[in-house]
Amino acid sequence: MTAVLESAAPTSASSSPTPSSQLQPVAALAHITKRYANGVLALDDISLSLHPGEIVALLGPNGAGKSTAVKLLMGLSVPTMGSVRIFAADPRLTATRLRTGVMLQVGRAPEMLRVREHINIFRGYYPNPMPYADILRAAQLDGIEDRMFGQLSGGQKQRTLFALALAGDPDLLFLDEPTVGLDIESRRGMWAQIRSLAARGKTVLLTTHYLEEADALAHRIVVINKGRVVCEGTPGEVKSLGYASTTRASGITASRTLKIIHCSTTLPAATILAIPGVTTADTLGATTTIQTTQPEQTLRELLALDATLSALEVSSPALEDAFLALTSSQPS
Amino acid sequence: MSTTAITLPTAQPGTLTRTLRILFTEMRFEVIRALRTRAFSLSAIGFPVMFYCLFGLIMNRNENISAGVSVAKYLLGGYAVFGSLGAAIFGIGIGVAMDRSAGWLELKQASPMPPLAYVLAKCVMAVVFSLIIVSILTLLGIAFGHVSITFPEFAHIALFAAAGAVPFSCLGLAMAFLAPPASAGGIANLIYLPMSFLSGLWVPIRFLPHILQTIAPIFPTYHLAQLMYAALGAPSLGSILSHWISLLGFTLIMLGVTWLAFRHLEQNS
Repeated sequence: MTAVLESAAPTSASSSPTPSSQLQPVAALAHITKRYANGVLALDDISLSLHPGEIVALLGPNGAGKSTAVKLLMGLSVPTMGSVRIFAADPRLTATRLRTGVMLQVGRAPEMLRVREHINIFRGYYPNPMPYADILRAAQLDGIEDRMFGQLSGGQKQRTLFALALAGDPDLLFLDEPTVGLDIESRRGMWAQIRSLAARGKTVLLTTHYLEEADALAHRIVVINKGRVVCEGTPGEVKSLGYASTTRASGITASRTLKIIHCSTTLPAATILAIPGVTTADTLGATTTIQTTQPEQTLRELLALDATLSALEVSSPALEDAFLALTSSQPS
Repeated sequence: MSTTAITLPTAQPGTLTRTLRILFTEMRFEVIRALRTRAFSLSAIGFPVMFYCLFGLIMNRNENISAGVSVAKYLLGGYAVFGSLGAAIFGIGIGVAMDRSAGWLELKQASPMPPLAYVLAKCVMAVVFSLIIVSILTLLGIAFGHVSITFPEFAHIALFAAAGAVPFSCLGLAMAFLAPPASAGGIANLIYLPMSFLSGLWVPIRFLPHILQTIAPIFPTYHLAQLMYAALGAPSLGSILSHWISLLGFTLIMLGVTWLAFRHLEQNS
C-alpha cells in the first residue's frame, strides 16, 4: 500500500515519516484531482489527512472544492486521479460506512416521519448503534421526539440530522455546515458535543462558513481555494499566515506569533519599521497599526521610544481577515 | 479450520438478518410515510376512485361491453391500472426526485443502508397503494355498479395491479433520475394522463382512432390492461404471454435507463 503523504511535508517522501504522520490517518485524500464531465476542475492535486481524535475544519469560499472533497471522502463521488482511503479502505464499502457518520445540508428529509422514527431507522443500519437516549441527549432533542420532521423548526431539523450522524456511534464524522440555522445556545451545545466526541477519540471533519466556529472548535484548519490547499494549521497559525500574506513582504510566512498593535504615536513609520519583528506600520488618522512577529520586544521598544504613546491595543489577527487574505491572494 | 483466519469480523452471521431487518424497516416506514402524506395518499387513491365513479358507475349505467361483462366491470381493470401507474409515477417519480434534490438521497447513500433497500421500499409502497386502490374500486363496483366478480377474478386483478406496480415503479425511477427535479411534477402529469388515455384505460381501445390503436402496444399500461380484461372475462387483445414479456422488457429497459442516468449523475456530482 502506498504511504499517504502529508501535504505539509512534501520533502519527506522517501525519508522517515514526520511525527504527525506516525499515527495511521483515519481518512486520507492523496493527490486527488477531480475533474467533472463538463471540464470543471474542482480539486487540483489535493492531499488531506485526518488523525484520530482530531477536529478539522475545512474552510473555503463557495466553489472552492469543499463539498467535492467531502463527497469524495464519503464515497459519493470518485476521483479522476488519486486515492481516497477511510480507515485504510475504500470509502464505498459498507464496512467503512458502518464506522462513519454523515451530516449533510439536507433541505428536506421525509417530513411525515417522527424524529424518533428517523433516529431508529438510522440506528437500525448499524450492528452497535449509539443508545437512543444518548443520541437524544447529545442532539438536544428531548421533548420533540414525537414530532413529525416537517413540523420542526430549522434548528430542530438541523439537530435531528446531527442525531442521524451520531446514530451508529461512528469513529469518523463528516459534518457539513452543522450549525446553520441554530440559535447561539444550540450552537454552543453542538460545539460541546463535537468536542466531547473528539475527546472520546472520534475524528470530526466539519465544513463551516462561520469562521468563529472553526476558530472555537477546530484543532486544525485547512483552507482551500480553487481546488488547492492554501494553508493548513492550528487556528492561530492560519490567522498569522493569512495576515502576513496581506503584506507585501513574502519571506515572513513562517511567522507563528503575529500580533497587531494599534496605538496613537508620534513616531515616524521608518523608526517603527526599524524595531525588530515589525513587518508593517501604517498610520491612518491618529491610529498607527503595526504588525509584529515579536510583540513583546516591539512593545518594549515602542514604549521606550515614545513616552506619549496612547490608546494602545494588542490583538490577534482575526480568522476572518486571514481567510479573506488567503483566499483572495491566490493568483488565478 | 485455521484459527488465524477468524480474526476478520466482517462476515458476521448476523449480517443477513440485519440486512433483512433494514429492508423490512425501510419498507414499513416508506408505506407509513406515504399513507401519512395526505397530499399524496388522497390524490393517488382519490383520482382513480373519482374517475371510476364518474365513468364506470354514474355514466354508462347498466351497459355492457360484451356479453356478460358490464362497462362497470370492464373499467375496473382499466382504472386499477390507472391507479397503479399514478401511485408509482407520483410516489416514486416525484418522491425520489425530491429526495434527490433535497440531498436526502445522498445522506441515505452515505449511510450503511444497502441501496437496494431504498429502491425496494419505494417499490413496495407502490405495490401497497395499488392493492388498496384495486380493492376500493372493486368494493365500489360491487356496491354501486352491480359488478358481479368472483373471488378468483378479484385475486387475479389484484395480483396484476401489484405486479404492474413494478414496471411502473421502474418508470418512476427512470423519470426521477432523468428529469430535473424541479420539473418532475409537470413531467409526471405528461406521462400519467396521456399514457393512460392512449393505452385505453379510460376509453376502450377499439373506440380510439386507428393510428392510436397501433401505437398503444408501446405502453406498459396497454399490456397490463389487456391482462386485466382477460382476467375479468372481457374481450382483450394479444396473447397473455406476449403481455408479460412486454412488461418484463419494459421493466428491464427502465432499469437500464435508470442505471445509465444514475451513473451520469454520479460522474457529474
